[in-house]
Amino acid sequence: MPDKVFIALQNIADAQPIIAAILGDNPAAVAHETPGMVKIDCPTRLVVRRASIEERIGRAFDLQEIHVNLISLGGNIDEDDDEFVLSWRV
Amino acid sequence: MAQGKKLGLKERYALLTRGLDWETTYQPMDKVFPYDKYEGIRIKDWDAWADPFRLTMDAYWKYQAEKERKLYAILDAFQQNNGQLNISDGRYLNAVKLWLQGITPLEYAAHRGFAHVGRGFRGAGARIACQMQSIDELRHAQTQLHAFSHYNKYFNGFHGFAHMRDRAWYLSIPKSFFEDALSAGPFEFVTSISFAFEYVLTNLLFMPFVSGAAYNGDMATTTFGFSAQSDESRHMTLGLEVVKFTLEQHEDNVPIVQAWLDKWFWRGYRLLGLVGTMMDYMLPKKVMSWKEAWEIYWEENGVALFHDLGRYGIRLPKHHEVTVKEKHRLTHEMWPTLYQYGNALSLHTWVPDDAELDWLSEKYGELFDRMYRPRLLFLRELEQRGERYYNNRLPMVCQVCQIPIFYTEPDDPTTQCVRIVEAADTKHHCCSDGCADIFRREPEKYVQALIPPQQVYRGEAGGARDIFEYAKWLHLEPGADTSEYRGSPDHRNWEAWQAAHKSTAADAA
Repeated sequence: MPDKVFIALQNIADAQPIIAAILGDNPAAVAHETPGMVKIDCPTRLVVRRASIEERIGRAFDLQEIHVNLISLGGNIDEDDDEFVLSWRV
Repeated sequence: MAQGKKLGLKERYALLTRGLDWETTYQPMDKVFPYDKYEGIRIKDWDAWADPFRLTMDAYWKYQAEKERKLYAILDAFQQNNGQLNISDGRYLNAVKLWLQGITPLEYAAHRGFAHVGRGFRGAGARIACQMQSIDELRHAQTQLHAFSHYNKYFNGFHGFAHMRDRAWYLSIPKSFFEDALSAGPFEFVTSISFAFEYVLTNLLFMPFVSGAAYNGDMATTTFGFSAQSDESRHMTLGLEVVKFTLEQHEDNVPIVQAWLDKWFWRGYRLLGLVGTMMDYMLPKKVMSWKEAWEIYWEENGVALFHDLGRYGIRLPKHHEVTVKEKHRLTHEMWPTLYQYGNALSLHTWVPDDAELDWLSEKYGELFDRMYRPRLLFLRELEQRGERYYNNRLPMVCQVCQIPIFYTEPDDPTTQCVRIVEAADTKHHCCSDGCADIFRREPEKYVQALIPPQQVYRGEAGGARDIFEYAKWLHLEPGADTSEYRGSPDHRNWEAWQAAHKSTAADAA
């Protein structure tokens, strides 16, 4: 079984479009809810796409805005203006 | 002036970190940065450092300000709406007291530590990340104190955290952990705190526990907890970057870093025994057991991280298999220890009720039913007979982690685990092979550890002759701040407030 990366976000209104974008862009991702938070696990690699979030919120989004609602993550990060990627090197 | 193209994230980051740095000429760099070589870590190229978030100071202030605005709006609402009445049960706040006494001072210690290393590295990227973290940690200490100050108006045991930090026997557990890190060199400090504690273990502190606070109706803790945790993911990333960067710079660094990972994984794990106990015993409404949390956050997520580091020749930390054996019993051994020394704690303890015992049986199975449930039922029986059990002496504690020596052998939960190590013709006691190994690697450091129970018995606690005089020296009022929950002023107040709330509702109907 491949090692999983994960990202956890606060389960609040502002984070819903981000959560939906992540689940839409990563078909293997699975969301787990516990009170107050959502933890999304995904085998090996997970991508957060700025364009997918912007589609859902109807305004420009700076990927660094994610810091406000981010709880935790696991994986190596690679971030530029368009994508935020978590991965384990296999 | 011609309008230039807006800079990309990577260019902005390069200009606002490296671009602001310079090689000193009035003084040699080795004199300006005197601490970043003596640990033996070899760095060939500081410019290879990359902050994966590429956060610059201007963006940092912008997002931190937004977090603070959100946090304080909620704290205001919490205070204005008598948020203290909405928690699941009065017992819950004892977990919060332990947080305030044990964890908040660590946030402040982390602020000091990162301010120090934020000056200490010669690479600008590493310095800036450490400076941001130093400011974060000060923020965490402050927001926690603000959040908890509201509870201090209504409940006992919150008042003396600053006084107790350097005096209470059980608070030397977190204190000694951090002072061990603060008294190490800069690379060991960031490896210990940023990587071993923050990346590998802090998820266990913030995620299940803060989620537990949400489940128990504690709006104040949930809010600061998640606000702090949003900084934490940046700290974790710094931790991973430090380790990868160090390992990539020179192969000679690998054994040094591995020894630190062995040491700090074990020290962090021992510290988390207190957090596990909060989860299993102190949250009236429970989110997940310590065992489940360890399986998710260590055995799954933590081990994945070590697999990734395998490419550098890093293996899983020493004694990791012991933690997996101990997950079935860690908290069941810790809670009765806190329970029996309850006369010297600034929080209340109790025997779980039947529904809670059933939850523990469901989560821990046969071992709990055979070993720990009967013990808890026996303690309950004593209490009901009016003979509530207290051990009115202070325990022998481990020379390294300072936890009382009560854990059991990894393969035998009926035999106490004690390891005796010798240094300079003196015998010292450790709670485990993990702690004994740490001692043997640096005996000259750990022989100096100040062990509170020994100090108390030497008369260093204001000459206290027994546990009650010691509690008084801690500024604790017996029975109000300490001891059994049932029948305490906190318990009676809670029942009265709940009754008043119900009768008002009935009158209105």
